[in-house]
Amino acid sequence: MVSVTVNGQAHEVDAPPDMPLLWVLRDLLHLTGTKFGCGIAQCGACTVHVDGAPLRSCLLPIGSVAGKQVTTIEAVGQTPAGARVQKAWLDLEVIQCGYCQSGQIMSAAALLNTIPNPDDADIDAAMAGNICRCGTYVRIREAIKAAAKSV
Amino acid sequence: MRMFPDSPSDPGFQPSRRALLKVGAVAGGGLLVGFLTPLGRAAGPDGAFAPNAFIRIDPAGKVTLVMPQVEMGQGVYTSISMILAEELDADWAQVTFEHAPPNDALYANPIFGLQVTGNSNSIRAFWTPLRKAGAATRAMLVEAAASGWGVDPAACRTEAGQVIHDASARKIAYGPLTGRAAALKPPADPPLKDPKAFRLIGKPLKRLDTPAKVDGSAQYGIDALPPGVKIATLAHAPVFGAKVAHVDDSQAKTVPGYRQTVVLDDFVAVVGDHMWAAKQALAACAITWTDAPNAKVGMADVEAGLVKASTTRKGVIPKTAGDADKALGDGAISVTYQVPFLAHATMEPMNATAHVTPTSCEVWTGTQVISRAQATAAQVTGLPLDKVTVHNALLGGGFGRRLEFDPVTKAVQVAQHVDGPVKLVWTREEDIQHDVYRPAWYDRMSARLKDGKIDAWKHVITGSSVLSRWLPPAVKDGMDFDAYDSAADMPYDIPNMHVEYIREEPPAVPTGFWRGVGPSHNVFVVESFVDELAHKANKDPVAFRRSMLGKSPRLMAALDLAAQKSGWGDPLPSRVGRGVAVQPSFASWIAAVCEAEVDHDGEVKLRRIVCAVDTGAPVNPDTIVAQLQGGIVFGLTAALYGQITVEGGRVQQSNFHDYRMLRMDQCPPIEVHVIASGEAPGGIGETGTVIAQPALANALFAATGKRLRRLPIDRDVLAGRKEA
Repeated sequence: MVSVTVNGQAHEVDAPPDMPLLWVLRDLLHLTGTKFGCGIAQCGACTVHVDGAPLRSCLLPIGSVAGKQVTTIEAVGQTPAGARVQKAWLDLEVIQCGYCQSGQIMSAAALLNTIPNPDDADIDAAMAGNICRCGTYVRIREAIKAAAKSV
Repeated sequence: MRMFPDSPSDPGFQPSRRALLKVGAVAGGGLLVGFLTPLGRAAGPDGAFAPNAFIRIDPAGKVTLVMPQVEMGQGVYTSISMILAEELDADWAQVTFEHAPPNDALYANPIFGLQVTGNSNSIRAFWTPLRKAGAATRAMLVEAAASGWGVDPAACRTEAGQVIHDASARKIAYGPLTGRAAALKPPADPPLKDPKAFRLIGKPLKRLDTPAKVDGSAQYGIDALPPGVKIATLAHAPVFGAKVAHVDDSQAKTVPGYRQTVVLDDFVAVVGDHMWAAKQALAACAITWTDAPNAKVGMADVEAGLVKASTTRKGVIPKTAGDADKALGDGAISVTYQVPFLAHATMEPMNATAHVTPTSCEVWTGTQVISRAQATAAQVTGLPLDKVTVHNALLGGGFGRRLEFDPVTKAVQVAQHVDGPVKLVWTREEDIQHDVYRPAWYDRMSARLKDGKIDAWKHVITGSSVLSRWLPPAVKDGMDFDAYDSAADMPYDIPNMHVEYIREEPPAVPTGFWRGVGPSHNVFVVESFVDELAHKANKDPVAFRRSMLGKSPRLMAALDLAAQKSGWGDPLPSRVGRGVAVQPSFASWIAAVCEAEVDHDGEVKLRRIVCAVDTGAPVNPDTIVAQLQGGIVFGLTAALYGQITVEGGRVQQSNFHDYRMLRMDQCPPIEVHVIASGEAPGGIGETGTVIAQPALANALFAATGKRLRRLPIDRDVLAGRKEA
C-alpha cells in the first residue's frame, strides 16, 4: 500500500511504488479529469501540481509523491490562480475538444503562481510542453494574460 | 465538390420531400416535435412517418434538442441549438442538447444517409430543416396562447420563450402552453425569419459544452468507468497484415494487477486492474508474429507505385474545358508535387469500453459513426442490433480518425473473453502506428501562360480512394469526388482545363479521411502551382489570382480583405516572405496570408497569419474564428512536421517526439476576419487546415526563392544544402 494525498484527501492505494501517478489517479481513485496523452511526458495532458509545481503525472512514480500534496484539475478551481484561469478559459472561449485542457489549465495556473504577470516569453516557456491538437494556442495565450490581469 | 451537395441552397441539393413534422405529448407533460431532415426516410418500417430529430419542451419551459451530431470540439452542439432557438424564439438560457442514440433510420445525416459527423457538413445539412421545425413549433405555441386568450394569433409575437399579446399586455411562457400545443396540427410551411431579425444567429454565444471541460468533469470515451471495469492495452502486429504466431505470457503473469491475456488473430491484449499493470504485463509478453508479404514494403515502393500509375494509366476525368493538351502545346511548364501519409494523433488515444454477456453488449466510446459502432458490436457478438447499446461520449478530437470503428470492434472482441466490462486503451505508440493514414498523393501539373494569365491547365492526381472503401455507393464509375475536391472545381477562370484522377492504393498502408479530406492535398498543390505561375508571369501573386477570379466574387472579396489586413505589399526584412492562398472548399470562401521567416539553417519562424472568410450566414462567429485558428495550426503542423513513413512494412514514427506537433512557442498570431453574408452557411471545421499549407509554402518561396513541391517542408532545401 502507498499513501498519497490528492486534493487534500489522504488515500491508501494498492499500487506498486513505480506505478505512475496518472494511473493511480485515473484507474484507482477514478479522478478522470487528468488525461493520458502520450505516456512519455511529451504532451502535458497529464499535468498535475505536486506541492504546487506542474509535473507530468504519466512518468511520476507514485512512490515519489508520498507525503506531498497532489492537486488535480478537479480541485484546482479551489486555488485563486486556478479559479482565475478557469474563468478566463470560459470568458475567452479557449476550448475546442477539451481533452488537453486539463493539462493546459494546470500548467497555466502554476505559471501564474510563480510569475503573476507573465510576458509572451514566460508563456512560451511554461506552455510549450502542452500540446493542443485542436490548435487553441492563440486563445490560451490571451486567456493567460486575461487571468493575470483579473487579480 | 459536386456530389455531396454543398448546402441546402446548392442546386445539387434536392430534398426528396418537404420537411414534415410530427407532434405529440411527452409522458409526464410537455411537447415533443419530431421533424425530418431532407433525404432522410419519411416513413418508418410500418409506413408511419418517422421523424429523425426532436424538439422537446417540458412544462417548465426547458427546450431540449435531440440530434445525432457529435461534439468533437467544433462547437456543433451550440451552433445547431442556436439555429433552432432562433426560429423558436426560445430563451437561450433554457436550451439544452442531447446526443441521439444510434439509429441510421432515424438519425441519418441528410447528406450522407447514415449517422455520421464529418466533412464539415453539420450546419450545412441541418440549416433549413432546423429553421422550419423551430418556426412551426413556435407557430403552434402562438396558436395555443391565442386560442386561450381568444385573440388572433397574428396579433401575438414571441420573445425569449414567451408568447406576448401587446394589445392586452398579456404574456405566457412556452412551458404552460406545451399541453395545448401538443394537440395542434403543425403548419405545413411556416414563414421563416428575415435574417435581419435574427437575435441569436450571428452572435458570438458561449458554448454549451465548455464549462465541464475546465474542471475535469467532462466525460470522454476513455473516462468510461462502468462498475468493475478492468483495463486492457494491446499490441498490434507491427507489420501491416501480419498475424500472431505465438505468445509466451509466463512473465506477464508475475506483474502485480495482471488479470489475463487475450490472443486474437492480429493483436494481443493484456487485461489488468489498471493501465499500468496491463502495460507492464504486455511488455513482459514474448510475442512472435507471422511473416507477412508486407514485410519488405518501404516508401520507395509506395512512391514508385504512385509514379508508375500516374505515368502509365488513365484515370477518370472530372473536369474538362476547351482543349488543354492542344493549348499546352510544347511550351508547357510542368512540375510534380508530392505529399506524405499523415496520422491523426487525436489527443485522446483510441479506446473503447465493452461489456459482453450471452444476451447483451454494452459499449462506451466516442465516435463520429455511432450506428457503425453498434453494427460492428452486433457482428462480432452475433447479437441482434437491439441487444447492443452504444453510449457515445465527448470526443477528444476526431479529425476523421473517429469515422472508423476499429476500436469498438477490438474492444468487443476482447470483452468476449473477459468476465465483466473491459476498457481497451491504445498507447500513443499503437495509436500512431495503427492508424488509417491520410493518403500519400502524387500530382503532375502542367500549365501554359498567355497574356499574363493561365491559358491551359492540366492536373493529374494519383492516390488512394478513401471513399471507395468507406462509402462504396458514393463512388460511381471511379468518380471519387473527394479525391479531386477543390481540384476539379478550382476557382480560377481558365479556358483550357483537364483534371484527371488515377486511383492507386499503396501497398500495406491503410488510408482514411483526415481533417481537410481531399482538399487537404489538392488546395496545397493548386495554390502552390498557381503561385509558381504568378512568379513565371512576373505578376504579383495577389494581382495574378484576382485577374482570374472574375467568376468567384465571394472569393475575390475574401482575397482583397486578406491582402488589405495583412499589409500585402508592405516592405519586409530579408529572409521574410508573405505567401497567399485562396480556396473554395466546403462551400466556404477563404483567403489567407502567411508571413514567415527562414534563418540560414532553414529553420522557419511563423510571424503572422491573416485570414478572411465568407462562410455564408455566420451562425456563431466566435466558433468560426476558433475553428479557423485551430484548423490553421493543424495545417501548419502538417506542413512543418507531418510525415508518416513506412519501412519493413511498419510505421517508423511512434509518439510526439518523432511525429511532431506545433507548440505554443511556435504558434504565430492568427487573425480571422469574418465577412458578413446572408448566404446559406458553409462548412468551417476543416478549412483552416487546408489553406494553411499553401499559404506557408508560398511564404517560404517569397522568403527564400526555394519552391517546395513536397511536404513536409525540407529545411535542407530552405537552407540551400540540398536541391528541391
